[in-house]
Amino acid sequence: MLNSQPDMEESEATLPGQLIHTVIEPPRGWAPLELGEVWKFRELLLFLTWRDIMIRYKQTALGAAWAILQPVLTMLVFSIIFGGLAKLPSNGVPYPIFTFAALLPWQLFAFALTNSSNSLVDDQKLISKVYFPRLVIPLSSVIAGLVDFAIAFLVLVALMAWYGIHLTPAILLLPVFLLLALTSAMAVGLWFSALNVQYRDIRYVVPFLTQFWMYATPIAYSSELIPQKWLWLYSLNPMTGVVEGFRWAILGKSNLDLFSLGISSVVVVALFIGGLYYFKRMEAGFADVI
Amino acid sequence: MSDIAVRVEHLSKLYRLGEQRARYSTFRETLAGAASAPLRWLKGERRAEPNTIWALDDVSFEVKHGEAVGIIGRNGAGKSTLLKVLSRITKPTRGRVDIYGRVGSLLEVGTGFHPELTGRENIYLNGAILGMSRREIQRKFDEIVDFAEIEKFLDTPVKFYSSGMYVRLAFAVAAHLEPEILVVDEVLAVGDAEFQKKCLGKMGDVAQEGRTVLFVSHNMAAVRNLCLNGLLLSDGAIQIRGKISEIISHYLNSSHGQDLNKFFLESEEIRLVSLKIFQENYNNQIFMTDHPLNIEYEYEIKKKVINGLRIGFDLITPESVIVFRTFDDDLINHSVRKQGLYKSICTIPPNFFLGSDYYILPRIGIHNNKWISDNDTRIKITFDHILGVNQNYADHRPGIIMPALKWNTH
Repeated sequence: MLNSQPDMEESEATLPGQLIHTVIEPPRGWAPLELGEVWKFRELLLFLTWRDIMIRYKQTALGAAWAILQPVLTMLVFSIIFGGLAKLPSNGVPYPIFTFAALLPWQLFAFALTNSSNSLVDDQKLISKVYFPRLVIPLSSVIAGLVDFAIAFLVLVALMAWYGIHLTPAILLLPVFLLLALTSAMAVGLWFSALNVQYRDIRYVVPFLTQFWMYATPIAYSSELIPQKWLWLYSLNPMTGVVEGFRWAILGKSNLDLFSLGISSVVVVALFIGGLYYFKRMEAGFADVI
Repeated sequence: MSDIAVRVEHLSKLYRLGEQRARYSTFRETLAGAASAPLRWLKGERRAEPNTIWALDDVSFEVKHGEAVGIIGRNGAGKSTLLKVLSRITKPTRGRVDIYGRVGSLLEVGTGFHPELTGRENIYLNGAILGMSRREIQRKFDEIVDFAEIEKFLDTPVKFYSSGMYVRLAFAVAAHLEPEILVVDEVLAVGDAEFQKKCLGKMGDVAQEGRTVLFVSHNMAAVRNLCLNGLLLSDGAIQIRGKISEIISHYLNSSHGQDLNKFFLESEEIRLVSLKIFQENYNNQIFMTDHPLNIEYEYEIKKKVINGLRIGFDLITPESVIVFRTFDDDLINHSVRKQGLYKSICTIPPNFFLGSDYYILPRIGIHNNKWISDNDTRIKITFDHILGVNQNYADHRPGIIMPALKWNTH
C-alpha cells in the first residue's frame, strides 16, 4: 500500500525540513540583537504604525489641523517673545522662519520620544498575549510621527515662499538630518520605554525632560550664542546637531559646524546602540513585569 | 524523531510573587536598595530572596505532528504559563523547547483590537498581530466577515459594537489563523451558546485537518471533543500524560471533596451509620452530569417506629433555592419500621444537573412529629459539565437544573 504512494511518503519525509525550527531557552544576559527577527515582522510594524496614525486624531474636532497648529502656535509665541521682545539674533533670516525650521525636527523628536517612551506600557495587553519582537512597538510609534512632520513641512514650504527664501543644494542633505532626528528619538525612546515597563516614573519624567531639553537645544536661539569653549559640552545634546543641520539644509545661511555635528552624531549612535542592547536585555522579562 | 512538533525538556519557570503583588517598583526603591546593597554585603547578608514560586517545575513532554493535546489542571497549575512559554511571550527559567513549525497562539480573542478603529480595520490589525500576512488576511477577509456575521457594521468603529458582536469578530479573525501548531488558551468560553457551537466546530475542523493543537480549557466537553490525548498539570509538574479520557477522569478523581464521615446523627429512634453520595463505577469527588447520582443512607432503627419515619434530603443551589425535597416513603408506604439495619438509596437520573455546585441537606424526621436532622448540615456536591444535555455540543443552559427531557417531533 505504502509503496504505491511514493509521492506521499516522500513529501512526508521532507516535511520536517520545510518547517521552521524554533528553540526556546532561558534568557542569557546580553543577548544578540536579532534584528532579522524585526525584519520578519515588518508587516506588523507597518500595521502598528498605521494604527498609531489612524487613531492619532480620532474624535478630535480639528483633526490633523493639530499637526499644523502645534508648531505654528509655538512659532508665534517664540517670534513674539524671543524674536520681538528679546530681539535674539537669527542668522540674518526672518525670526519666524528661523525658529520654525528648528521646531520642525524638534516637534518630531519630542513627539516620537514621548510616544515611544509610553508605547510598551500602552500596548501591555499585546505584550502579555502575543509574541513578536518588542522592538516593533517603540519603532512604530517613532515612525508614526513622520505624518505630523510631513504636514508641518508643508507649512514651512509656504512660509519660505512667503518670505521669498530660495532653496540651496544643502536641502539634499535634509533626509540625513531627518534620519538623525529619528534615530535620536528612537535611542532615547528605547531606554525610556524599557525603563517604563519597570518604573512607571518615566511617564512623569518625559514631559519635564522634553521641556528642559527644548531650551538646551538651539530652537529659540542660535547656537552661535554659545561660547566656543563650551560648544563641545553643548553638542553632547544630540538635538543640537540635528537642529542646526536642519537650519543649514533648509535656510542655507548659517554655517554648519562639523565639529558640533560630529559630537552630536557620535552621542546619538552610542545612545542608540546602547539602547538596542539594553532593550534586548530587558525584553525577555517584559511580559512578566509589565 | 522527525515527526515531533514540540519537544519540551526540563522546562521550569520561576516567578517572583513579590513582582506580582507590587507590580512595579519605583526608582527610589531601587536606588535605595542599590545604595544599601554593599552594606548588606559587608554584613554578610545575602539579598533576601523574595517569595518565589515555580509555575513550571521540570516539565518534559513531546507532541507529534497532527496531535491534539488537551492540557488540564486546576487554576494555578501552570497551564497558562506553559502556553506563554510555548508562545514565546515569556522566557523559561530553565530547560529548553524545540518547536518545528509555525506557531499561532490564541491566548485571548481580540488582542490588539482598537475601539476607535472600524471592524474592517481591526480585522487587518488583529490579523497582523496574530501573525497573518496582509495577503493572507485579504484572502480570508470575506470568510472572516461571514463567520462573524457583522457585514452591516464592517465600517463602524468597534467601540459601538455590542459585546456579542465584538467577541464574534474577534474570534472570527482568530479562527482563521492557519499555523502548523496552534496554541489555544480557554478562548472558547465566549459569545452566546450558538456562537460557541460554531467556534467548537471550527476548532474541531482544525484538529481534524491534522494540525497540531495544544488546548487549555476548563470545559471538559470541549477538551474531550477536540483532543485524543492530554496531559494533567498539577503544581507546575506533569502528573500524567496519556489518553484524554484517562486524564479527565484522573483529574476529576484528584479533586478534593468534602468529608462525609463527619455527618453523624442519632436520636432515640434512629442512628445514622453512613451517608454516601456517589456515582456508580466512578470513584470521583467531582460528579459528571451524564451519570446518575446516588445518595445512600445506611442507618439503624433502634426501636420500632409505628408511623411517619422518613429519610430524605433537600437539593439546594448555592443561592439557597430549594430545587426539590424528596423522602424515601414518597412512593412506598413503610408505615411501621422495625428495628434493624437498613440502606436507603435515592438515584437521581443522569442529565439532570447543571455543571455547577449544589448542596444536599439531609432531612430525617417523623412526619407530623419532629425533625431529627438539623438545618445546618449541608453537603456540597460539584458537577462537571462533561457532555451537555445536547449530545452534539456542550452548551450552557440557564436555570438551576438541566434535565434531558423527551421530545417527540412529528
